[in-house]
Amino acid sequence: MVNAAGTFGRSGSHDYILLRASSVIIFLFSLFMAGFFVSTADVTYANWSGLFSNVWMKVFTLLTLTAVLIHGWIGIWQVLTDYVKASGVRAFIQFVFSVGLIVVWLTGLFVLWGV
Amino acid sequence: MKTYTFSIYRYNPDVDDKPHMKEYQLEVEDNQDLMVLEALIKLKEKDPTLAFRRSCREGVCGSDGMNINGKNGLACITHLSSLKSDKIVIRPLPGLPVIRDLIVDMSQFYQQYEKIKPYLINDDKTPPARERLQSPEDRAKLDGLYECILCACCSTSCPSFWWNPDKFVGPAGLLHAYRFLIDSRDTATEERLDELDDAFSVFRCHGIMNCVNVCPKGLNPTKAIGHIKSMLLSRAV
Repeated sequence: MVNAAGTFGRSGSHDYILLRASSVIIFLFSLFMAGFFVSTADVTYANWSGLFSNVWMKVFTLLTLTAVLIHGWIGIWQVLTDYVKASGVRAFIQFVFSVGLIVVWLTGLFVLWGV
Repeated sequence: MKTYTFSIYRYNPDVDDKPHMKEYQLEVEDNQDLMVLEALIKLKEKDPTLAFRRSCREGVCGSDGMNINGKNGLACITHLSSLKSDKIVIRPLPGLPVIRDLIVDMSQFYQQYEKIKPYLINDDKTPPARERLQSPEDRAKLDGLYECILCACCSTSCPSFWWNPDKFVGPAGLLHAYRFLIDSRDTATEERLDELDDAFSVFRCHGIMNCVNVCPKGLNPTKAIGHIKSMLLSRAV
């Protein structure tokens, strides 16, 4: 058994399930947004902010941002453990990406809060 | 007569600063088709310093795994005619440390094999007097798994094994792991799965199927790895 503290899940299976589950959410959100842009002839501030003022849309968006956080965290860790062998450099890049992903999540939270 | 040009990876750490490719010519009768191993033996008669492993010369022992025109395979069962070229480039198996010429250090490969406990574990207090019987159906589950000869062609064609040979078990080791996980006589299934349920041992396989593409015995490690993942996931949910 290989111990890995840098990843998100508690085990290999946990990581695997989190990656698949989060990808389903991101796919559904992308599909929904594509549908919105296709079905809305003229995207104005009013119908854009109207869409995001719904509670269900806020939850859906925040859920997707959480999925991006988890998916990105595990994915970047997997790529880094393949290609970056110096542990100090790897830890630094992982830190930058993890902080970046959390910043994206928090930004999304406060933007949604204000709509 | 047909003339083949061989470009062979040469490295003798006692003499060479770094590896280099050396060219050889070999003439073969028009009505003759040699195996790559036979060609190498003929070249070694001309240049005795050329080093490579071989033993059974019939695809059973797995000693002469090497990279032939960019694809891993056993030299003893690869026809020159199957390469469809009179220019043949031979390199050692990729990703493993080179000891000399086409001979690689297989320690990491064997360490991964050792890790999966490649032997039957049965904790029955009263073992049968003669043998552990299996139904024909249970025995059939081992087909496509037990035939692996550990030539390392698959594991050394796998990028996940190149990047993490100390952590990812690799296709050969995982094929054997599944051979014991699915064996009806083995009672250590849970313990074996516990050992594999980390982020590297099994899950570093992303299913690119290089292993299936090169296996000289026609086995399918990706399928076995898929079964192990299913066993791990059905335990987890």
